[in-house]
Amino acid sequence: MGVAASEVARAETLADVPDRAPGADLSAHSERSRFAKLDRIPEATPGKRNVDPGDAINSKTPHQKLVGNITPTDLHYERSHSGVPDIDPAQHRLLVHGMVQKPLVFSLDDLKRMPSVTRIVFIECTGNGWENWKKADPDLTVQNTHGLVSTNEWTGVPLKFLVDLVAKDKGSTWMLAEGGDGAGVDRSIPLTEEIVNEAFVAYGQNGEPLRPAHGFPMRLVMPGFEGNLNIKWLRRLKFGNAPWMTRWETARYTQLLANGKARQFQLRMETNSVITQPSGMMQIQPGYNRISGLAWSGHGKIAKVEISTDGAQTWKQAQLAQPVLSKAQVRFQMDWVWDGKPTRIVSRSTDEQGNAQPDRQTFIAAMGTNALFHYNAQQTWSIDDAGRVRNVLA
Amino acid sequence: MFSHDKLLFAGILTVGLLAAPASAFDFGRPATPAEIKLWDIDVGPDGKGLPDGSGTAVQGKQVFADNCAACHGDNGQGGIKDRLAGGQGTLASNAPVKTVGSFWPYATTLFDYIHRAMPYPTPGSLSTEETYAVTAYILSLNGIIPADGKVDKDSLPKIRMPNRDGFVPQPEFDPAKLFRRK
Repeated sequence: MGVAASEVARAETLADVPDRAPGADLSAHSERSRFAKLDRIPEATPGKRNVDPGDAINSKTPHQKLVGNITPTDLHYERSHSGVPDIDPAQHRLLVHGMVQKPLVFSLDDLKRMPSVTRIVFIECTGNGWENWKKADPDLTVQNTHGLVSTNEWTGVPLKFLVDLVAKDKGSTWMLAEGGDGAGVDRSIPLTEEIVNEAFVAYGQNGEPLRPAHGFPMRLVMPGFEGNLNIKWLRRLKFGNAPWMTRWETARYTQLLANGKARQFQLRMETNSVITQPSGMMQIQPGYNRISGLAWSGHGKIAKVEISTDGAQTWKQAQLAQPVLSKAQVRFQMDWVWDGKPTRIVSRSTDEQGNAQPDRQTFIAAMGTNALFHYNAQQTWSIDDAGRVRNVLA
Repeated sequence: MFSHDKLLFAGILTVGLLAAPASAFDFGRPATPAEIKLWDIDVGPDGKGLPDGSGTAVQGKQVFADNCAACHGDNGQGGIKDRLAGGQGTLASNAPVKTVGSFWPYATTLFDYIHRAMPYPTPGSLSTEETYAVTAYILSLNGIIPADGKVDKDSLPKIRMPNRDGFVPQPEFDPAKLFRRK
């Protein structure tokens, strides 16, 4: 697997394997094995990792240790702007008002009585990948470079249902969503047909109530759109006919281009992929290796993922783990026999709309190096003659 | 499963629409005008939502020293959090400095953000007058209004920020074109 050797003595023969014995008592909820070390990494700003949690602004998913398509709930990445509020649902309310005929107030119980949808989608921070904008630190893992995207199953009430309940005015084309956190994070959301049909107010996450870090008791889920739009601890939806130009869509999450102008309302997350196995800081052996990773697109389903094991000279199509879902991460894999010579491995995805993940030169040529957000260039890992896997720019 | 849910949901909606307005569903309760007013804090670029009151940069200097300087530094520079002043003319360089003066396109956003999110440990603790005052002070630090300047709900939306034309909407979600009738 290319992971560090355990400090515990290995079972060299079957005789070394410990005897079977009665195990621990059953419990109210099951914990992960003490031998499975899976942790997110709190981070302050790019390059400032393993900081005091009080200084952290995000916490990243350990993709290098995960399998399958779904991110475990407790390892779903987190980006919070004013900490995680401790909300008692009995005292939480959602106000829906503005250009509507019937402004209404809902409790969590109200939402749970309504018709629901359940859908597996990724949520991605727009800052995902920002580690490699200007340079590649060779010591980075895939958790460092791509740990700000995760995929969970979310359950909640379709936005369309709420829109009908309050009888939204036809002339209302934008919606302000506001959180109940200290920052009162708020975003203007265009009410396109796609968004009205797909957005929902979620109270369920992988079959259980939302975790506080992910918006308990309710959050907006916007399949395919930048993480900051998926407002957590949702407490207000206001309908209007123009964007509010909040701090988040003007001073933050706008893309500064090389000419000094900034791209605004770049709301959709792009076609992306990354190899997670083997990836940064791992070590591999010559011979058979299985390459595996994750691909996703805010435009819809991933159509194909290609992998190059010769530094982007030739490409081979990877297998996709079923089911391939729209706006959800999908695992890809490919057999590879490494001949022991230094090389570079890289993946590129294409979605059902034909959007292909760009190589780094093309991406930087279009965006410059000051944009900070929406980095979706192909990720290259170098492998030296000792099998050491390191982060590099293509 | 999802498509089944969708069908079921579509069915419910259809029945609802045929039988009665969707509002006939007994979910939630009406919001009263008084409680809407309590929560309706957002401010638009046209100034809609700005409260009555005003504040001067001179007053704001003290509010800033008491509530903001610990994180943002004296004069809005050199603190541990976002730099608020300076940086004009740097956006096209290799080291852009994004501040209120160099980057923010609307002065109304400044009032809105301070009011909803600042000071970080006690958001919402500043009075309307204090919020206007500290808004004025930050604008004055950037040379956008004079050091003895004053802002209120009429003047704030009229301020033309230096980087007002610095934004190019992503074509897919360009507010000027998105919902235009074809």
